[in-house]
Amino acid sequence: MAFAAFATTTAPEPAARRRSPIALLLLLPGILYLVLFFLAPLVSLLLTSFQKPTEFGDIGQFDYAFRWENYVDVVQAYWPHIVRSFGYALIATVLALLFSYPLAYFIGVKARKWPLLQSLMLVLVIAPFFISFLLRTLAWKQILSDESFIMTSLKALSLMPTDAHFTGTPIAVIFGITYNFIPFMTLPLYTTLERLDLRYLEAGSDLYAHPFEVFRKITIPLSMPGIVAGTLLTFIPAAGDYINASRDFLGGPDTQMMGNVIEANFLVLQNFPAAAALSIILMSVILIVVGIYVKRAGTEELL
Amino acid sequence: MLPRPLPADPMIQQLIRQAQQAKMGRRTLLAGAGGGAAALALAACSSGGAKSKPTAAADKSATSKLVRWDNWALYIDVDDAGNYPTLQAFEAETGIKVEYTEAVDDNNTYYGKVKDQLALGKDIGADTVCLTDWMVGRMIRFGYTQELDHANIPNLKNLFPSLKDVGFDPGRKMSVPWQGGFAGICWNKEKLPGGLTSVQDLWAPELKGRVGVLSEMRDTMGLIMLDQGVDISGDWGDDEYNAAIDELSKQVSDGQVRNIKGNAYKEDLINEDTLAAIVWSGDIVQLNAENGDKWGFSVPEKGGTLWNDNFLVPIGATHKKNVETLINYYYDPAVAAEVAAYVNYITPVVGAKEAAMAIDPELANNQLIFPDEATLKKAKVFRNLSGAEEQKYDAAFQSILLGS
Repeated sequence: MAFAAFATTTAPEPAARRRSPIALLLLLPGILYLVLFFLAPLVSLLLTSFQKPTEFGDIGQFDYAFRWENYVDVVQAYWPHIVRSFGYALIATVLALLFSYPLAYFIGVKARKWPLLQSLMLVLVIAPFFISFLLRTLAWKQILSDESFIMTSLKALSLMPTDAHFTGTPIAVIFGITYNFIPFMTLPLYTTLERLDLRYLEAGSDLYAHPFEVFRKITIPLSMPGIVAGTLLTFIPAAGDYINASRDFLGGPDTQMMGNVIEANFLVLQNFPAAAALSIILMSVILIVVGIYVKRAGTEELL
Repeated sequence: MLPRPLPADPMIQQLIRQAQQAKMGRRTLLAGAGGGAAALALAACSSGGAKSKPTAAADKSATSKLVRWDNWALYIDVDDAGNYPTLQAFEAETGIKVEYTEAVDDNNTYYGKVKDQLALGKDIGADTVCLTDWMVGRMIRFGYTQELDHANIPNLKNLFPSLKDVGFDPGRKMSVPWQGGFAGICWNKEKLPGGLTSVQDLWAPELKGRVGVLSEMRDTMGLIMLDQGVDISGDWGDDEYNAAIDELSKQVSDGQVRNIKGNAYKEDLINEDTLAAIVWSGDIVQLNAENGDKWGFSVPEKGGTLWNDNFLVPIGATHKKNVETLINYYYDPAVAAEVAAYVNYITPVVGAKEAAMAIDPELANNQLIFPDEATLKKAKVFRNLSGAEEQKYDAAFQSILLGS
């Protein structure tokens, strides 16, 4: 298109020059926004992460320096939290995928015959967004508390030891993360499965493929964009989540994730370099993990 | 400039030049953006490095009849229409308009929000704010507060004698108490009819996994240290503190302590995840009023902690004299009694009990709101910590809260 337009004009340079300032102008708000609210804080964070404590200074007083040992210190002090964050996020992502795939498949493929049911189920998937996720998480904390109907029933049926708890355990935190991110997994899966061409599946079974083979070799590869998008939308925020694991919500002292450590260092301990170094580590690890994952999944064109 | 000669085709030549121009443009743009960002970031951080103490802002009270007050939620009398009766009376009496905001929900988050402006001596949008003892101590250390003129607060004579001189603010030059409370132990009266009298009772085997403690270091550690026989107001050091840390660490890792929370501990008491806990007295009065008289509270025999939230005037505040007028008003015993009847915390005003007797005798006899000598004797104030101690002790306590 551009090439054709270029060829027809006799004075190409002015035309091109006229175009670029407008394009720049249109880009300006976006660039300004990114510089102000992403690039500047990021540089500030990076600079903070290398600060050293002021000599004989009070709490929260630091000087600019190049103290790279900050990174070693936080990894040594908080490696269990780092491992835990990515572990919980991974488990929650897999659980959310296992839960969401059949759901999205049903809504996107099986329910095509009944458009009303399809839209109704989609609304049900999105409906939780109408209530703040803090409130929903608090509600789970009440529903699953020691003396709640569910817990007392489970204990009465001897499905749980009488002195067992749910809130404050790793299971509760993983449950909370999984629950909160299911819509983020279901919706991208639905959008790809909704466009799935069923004739491929028919062709597969015509060629005597076992239904499982059809699923493995046709449905899954065709829905790969949805799987990748859904897992990214779940894994990235889940690794940095600090609400579910917070002691005030579903977590306890032994379920604290990186987000909680960053919060404590930033707000309570006023140890800004440690908080900044942990944030940088969190971002870098996510970037690397996601980069490898996307490369492996062969869906670079998605990003 | 170019690594090799351009092709002969004029159209291709044009295209290449075009592309190169665009590339340069993008590069300079990116470089400019990056440089700008770095400059912005440096500008944003530069305030954090300021170590010189800021100077107080000029007082505009004579011309501007306004006072902006940041306070905690549910910490003043409110009527059914959502008005604050004592504040309305103050406005009518003095002609000073009060902008009352429930802006504080945690000492640390509030401090995090305003500390950079304070370091620069800028107005934080409040002429006075009520914060807890230790945070007030930190802000005084940093020079973030303005000195009060006691001549403008004659009613300060009504301040409880025990609160007139505190470690973090000798002579109360910078801060005046607003309300206070105890940290003690509470229990669910249905499940534990026997009640509890000491911190040791919280570690009973039958309470395993059903005990809560506060995430406020000075209250939880204070109670444990008192239980170990340490006078927390007196002279103690690392050994005493570390002994208490070991005890808490053991109870948390053994699963005796279910959770360590701030204000959210009330939900755990209500849904019975915890049956006994280290709590704040005022909360229990409120919980009992809302959920039926379900919880018992006591200051342990070996002692509980006493804390206060204090008025202070931030360094950039522009209505100091109006704040002093406001403090003076709330140190009138009759007004203090009116507030106490609503907020259920301990008022620091002498004579408020007698004034409350006239409104509601039952209230005046509530030990948690108007404690008698015997109760007050058991309550200790956590000693003032130096900057270095604060960092060390906070870090040790947080390492338990964050687990490993």
